[in-house]
Amino acid sequence: MKIHKLLFVLMAALVVFAMVAGCAAPAATTDTSSSSATTAPAASGDEAASGDEAAKPYIPVISKGFQHQFWQAVKSGSEQAAADFNVDITFEGPESEAMVDKQYEMLQAAIAKNPAAICFAAVDSQAMIPLLEEAQTKGIPVIGFDSGVDSDIPLATAATDNIAAAALAADKMAELIGESGKVAVLVHDQTSRTGIDRRDGFVNEIEAKYPDIEIVNLDYGGGDQLKSTDLAKAVIQANPDLKGYFGANEGSIIGVLNAVNELGKEGEIVVIGYDSGKQQIDAIKGGVEAGAITQNPVGIGYKCVEAAVKAINGETLDKVIDTGFFWYDATNIDSDEIKPLLYE
Amino acid sequence: MATQTGETAATSKRSFLRADAAQKLLAFSALIIIFIFFSLASPFFRTPDNVSSILVATAVNGVLALGVTFVIITAGIDLSVGTVMTLSAVMTGVAVTNRGLPIPVGIIVGLLTGTTAGLISGLMIARMKIPPFIATLGMMMIARGLSLVISDVKPIYFNDTPVFREIMMGSVVGALIPGLSVPNAVFILFGAALVAAFILGKTVLGRYAVAIGSNEEATRLSGVNVANWLTAVYALGGAFSGLAGVMIASRLNSAQPALGIGYELEAIAAVVIGGTSLSGGEGTILGTVIGALIISTLTNGLRILSVPQEWQMVITGVIVVLAVYIDIIRRRGK
Repeated sequence: MKIHKLLFVLMAALVVFAMVAGCAAPAATTDTSSSSATTAPAASGDEAASGDEAAKPYIPVISKGFQHQFWQAVKSGSEQAAADFNVDITFEGPESEAMVDKQYEMLQAAIAKNPAAICFAAVDSQAMIPLLEEAQTKGIPVIGFDSGVDSDIPLATAATDNIAAAALAADKMAELIGESGKVAVLVHDQTSRTGIDRRDGFVNEIEAKYPDIEIVNLDYGGGDQLKSTDLAKAVIQANPDLKGYFGANEGSIIGVLNAVNELGKEGEIVVIGYDSGKQQIDAIKGGVEAGAITQNPVGIGYKCVEAAVKAINGETLDKVIDTGFFWYDATNIDSDEIKPLLYE
Repeated sequence: MATQTGETAATSKRSFLRADAAQKLLAFSALIIIFIFFSLASPFFRTPDNVSSILVATAVNGVLALGVTFVIITAGIDLSVGTVMTLSAVMTGVAVTNRGLPIPVGIIVGLLTGTTAGLISGLMIARMKIPPFIATLGMMMIARGLSLVISDVKPIYFNDTPVFREIMMGSVVGALIPGLSVPNAVFILFGAALVAAFILGKTVLGRYAVAIGSNEEATRLSGVNVANWLTAVYALGGAFSGLAGVMIASRLNSAQPALGIGYELEAIAAVVIGGTSLSGGEGTILGTVIGALIISTLTNGLRILSVPQEWQMVITGVIVVLAVYIDIIRRRGK
């Protein structure tokens, strides 16, 4: 085969791919045109900041991820705040919450741009401290969000109290299973702040207050829906008398729901989840899941940018901005209080 | 392995049959031992429902591993299978949910997406001479990025088409023979394995894959168009990833755009445990299926015994290394 023939084949393949992707994208975004529209000013804000900084204050928002629905909700909150307070933001995060090094580079690059302030959610609560010290030396205010940093440098942290939230899940679990019996816990990982806090919040509450409840399994599914499904299935099969299952994030709870579904145990096990997402919302409405804890992801994104603006203007801030958490179930899922906090 | 590169394709094929039998036996006995161990350790392990769970849990990784087997037999590697699987799932979601096309069309779209991605990897490797590791690493990232772009970083659900979920979790057999409700996933896995075994053992593509892996230069000199056949092998691997994409989408009733990283390594582990040599020229489909079964049996059994998961990783790692080491000893002994 001649080289131009090969090139032709490759080009044809790429064109097919691009066409497929091109016609697929509008279909996928029809119902979410607002989110794709708001990304445009965010992207151009980057250039504006490096080009002429006189225009608007520039605040890079460095998150722990961008692929999960949760982070997309945080992003939309921060974009809302950017519009309300007339600042430019960029929103970026590493591909997975384990990529400490990648986030380090992102933060480093952000500091190098000399922004007006930085919003930051650490994937590792200690590894980023040297960079935060650098930001402090350069006089860039840092606002934490979602998970804290083991440092006094962030002027404020907008976050959910995950320990208290998971303890509430434990109380609800105890109430629904009659304060005795076996329960299992599926957590996304054992290293991130949220994984640790939700696990400890739930486990400690059960151990402290409900001596008749036994936690038979405490597993980590990496937030991967397929792995979590197979894990939860094994646990349910090993414990035919299991009364309750707590999933500590969206990927984990989807695994639990799939497992319950595949084993035909709907209604036999009290399932309690965290965050939202379409599958979880449907399960709660359909009675397979008893209820879940929701954070306020839009609020987290909004409050951190708001705090950054206040810091730029020299206002004093409270160290902790509690963005709140709520229990929701079939009775209040459509209420005015809960509905805005849920994402599909 | 070093001695093998000197042999002609024909002799190495004969020795591959012998080696294959020994390794298959070894892997198979390991699976049986693991199974007996867990059965004794927990009464919940040996229930029919749990055995069915293990088989279902093997399905996606097993099918990915089938595709990787062909690639590894050519002495290549494919790091893109996990994210190509995800891309195929997303494309199936786009076709079925966003476009409202019939489910069979969605399945074909998924398979074609995987095949196209494999074809591009194959062209990069065979024509542009990019090393397989790099070419498929590139494809891994491309497929991951495209999945996120096309899905707009949101899962695509199949709620409007409840039949879609039945592809994996329904039971055609259960409908025919009441009481034997084995999920379709199990039959898809074994069906795909039969097809793979047929291609590897009975077709020119399979024979050339082995020949290329044994000695690429000798194969070329004997008049085989190595570039074309190598490209075809990667396309075939991609087709299996596409099938796995349809399967995972059906199992999860959704195309999850962020999934897929790490799946390639688990598939490679299954292939290696199954006795396929990373230096190419030998390997079997049955071995790969057994390798995939060993991994999912371990995962399931250790979970049932509530062994901390950190240890589960350690144990799986030890088994991968042991499997390869035993293979090396066996070959040295010959």
